[in-house]
Amino acid sequence: MRGFEGRALGYALVVGLLLLWELASVTRLLNPFYFPPVHQVGRSLFEAALDGRLATALLTSLGRGFIAFTVAAVLGVGLGALAGRHLFFRQLIDPIVELLRPLPSPAIIPVAILLLGIDSSMKVFIIGWACFFPILLNTIDGVRSVPPALVDTARNFGLRYAETLFTVVLPAATPVIFTGLRISLAVMLILTVVTEMVAGSNGIGFLLLEAERTFRIADMYGFIVALALVGYGLNRLFLLVDRRVLAWHHAMHKAPTP
Amino acid sequence: MTTAAVSILGVHAVGMTFEGVGGRHPALEDISFDIGARDLVAIVGESGCGKTTLLRIMAGLQRPTAGEVRLAGVPIVRPEPQVCLVFQHYAATLLPWRNALDNVLFGLRARGVEGGQLRQSALALLDRMGLAADAQRFPWELSGGMQQRVALARALIRRPRVLLLDEPFNAVDERTRASLQELLLSIHREERCSIVLVTHDLDEVLHLSQRIVVLAGRPARLRQVIDGAAGLSREALRTHLSVVRGRP
Repeated sequence: MRGFEGRALGYALVVGLLLLWELASVTRLLNPFYFPPVHQVGRSLFEAALDGRLATALLTSLGRGFIAFTVAAVLGVGLGALAGRHLFFRQLIDPIVELLRPLPSPAIIPVAILLLGIDSSMKVFIIGWACFFPILLNTIDGVRSVPPALVDTARNFGLRYAETLFTVVLPAATPVIFTGLRISLAVMLILTVVTEMVAGSNGIGFLLLEAERTFRIADMYGFIVALALVGYGLNRLFLLVDRRVLAWHHAMHKAPTP
Repeated sequence: MTTAAVSILGVHAVGMTFEGVGGRHPALEDISFDIGARDLVAIVGESGCGKTTLLRIMAGLQRPTAGEVRLAGVPIVRPEPQVCLVFQHYAATLLPWRNALDNVLFGLRARGVEGGQLRQSALALLDRMGLAADAQRFPWELSGGMQQRVALARALIRRPRVLLLDEPFNAVDERTRASLQELLLSIHREERCSIVLVTHDLDEVLHLSQRIVVLAGRPARLRQVIDGAAGLSREALRTHLSVVRGRP
């Protein structure tokens, strides 16, 4: 029951802080221009949800985000599998990856704008770029950690290269690949917002910045809350998929050694 | 070279040299022997002398740098499903995301056998291994001895002509070892395959094998092939091996 008490207290703390904010704003202890009362933020969020602004923006943003994430996942897992299996290919891409990986992704936004303009393609490129590296590196690690005897058994049984890759190597590497996917999902949301703030005329990042620039401060906070909820939801959704796909992995680590 | 009555798997002047950072490392040199039909052969030698490498070469997982291995007269140039290798670290070769039954069926394409029929023979094999009740359990839910049985069943369902076992009973306790040894003998009686096992255990060698292939030296060379090992006493075998190792 101690776990439950701790969690209940945690939620109570959030409610308490919101109440404190509300009180401080209403009593003008905090400047209500910068910190509008919580009920106003709630109302702004509710209105944006009702008139469809929020849904349209989120669909635009997440649509771009997921396209980029998917492309990054396919390329990252594909190239990562090759690099994980073949030393030569790993050595071939290693210097490029080590040079480009530490580069903060927003640093290449100017290049992307120069080459691709300020529309969706630029944003998809930047988001995909940022999502690619965690997936690539984790796939390489995951594939390299597959026991050689497992691969040799598949070869001994006459499985061809592609069969071995898809039925043995990638499934065995999935727990590590999923770590990369989870990191990239968070990166996706960050870069989606950043690219929309830098350039563009739609999406949740744009709405957020526009609200601030036009002094609709309650709206601004409302969009921030919406983004927090989206981030939370995405993570929960990922955990749901993770628990389904990797049920064996979680059960294996919970199981006592027979 | 010792020739068995009808050679199924022939090891002909096999040599293996690894190219490493420190130069060339010869592991095996000029090794020749034959595995006959339904032979039960033990390969013994000091640890690290290249027995596992030899098994990998015999299964076609590695190309020797000299000589060749022939299956029924045909040189093996790629992994050979008819020569089934059960690895020493068999636990790592079972797919943890598949249950025992699916592990046995792993990688089997229909090959003219209907899916249901294949499933039936997999279940029958598991039953014979004493795992009838464990078909739906995952490898990590099974003990070491049970995992070994799953690995054996997975090899046997392919009806290999030669079954290679790399220190098969090393990691299990005394009782499990004894029951696995009996199982192996019954497999040898009932299946039409030859069995080659690598082991350290002299009692196991005497109990299980009809012929003993002795490797010694670095790089490992073939020192002796002892036929009719079944009649040999433990002391006699020990003397044989210590002579080979250069110790009185």
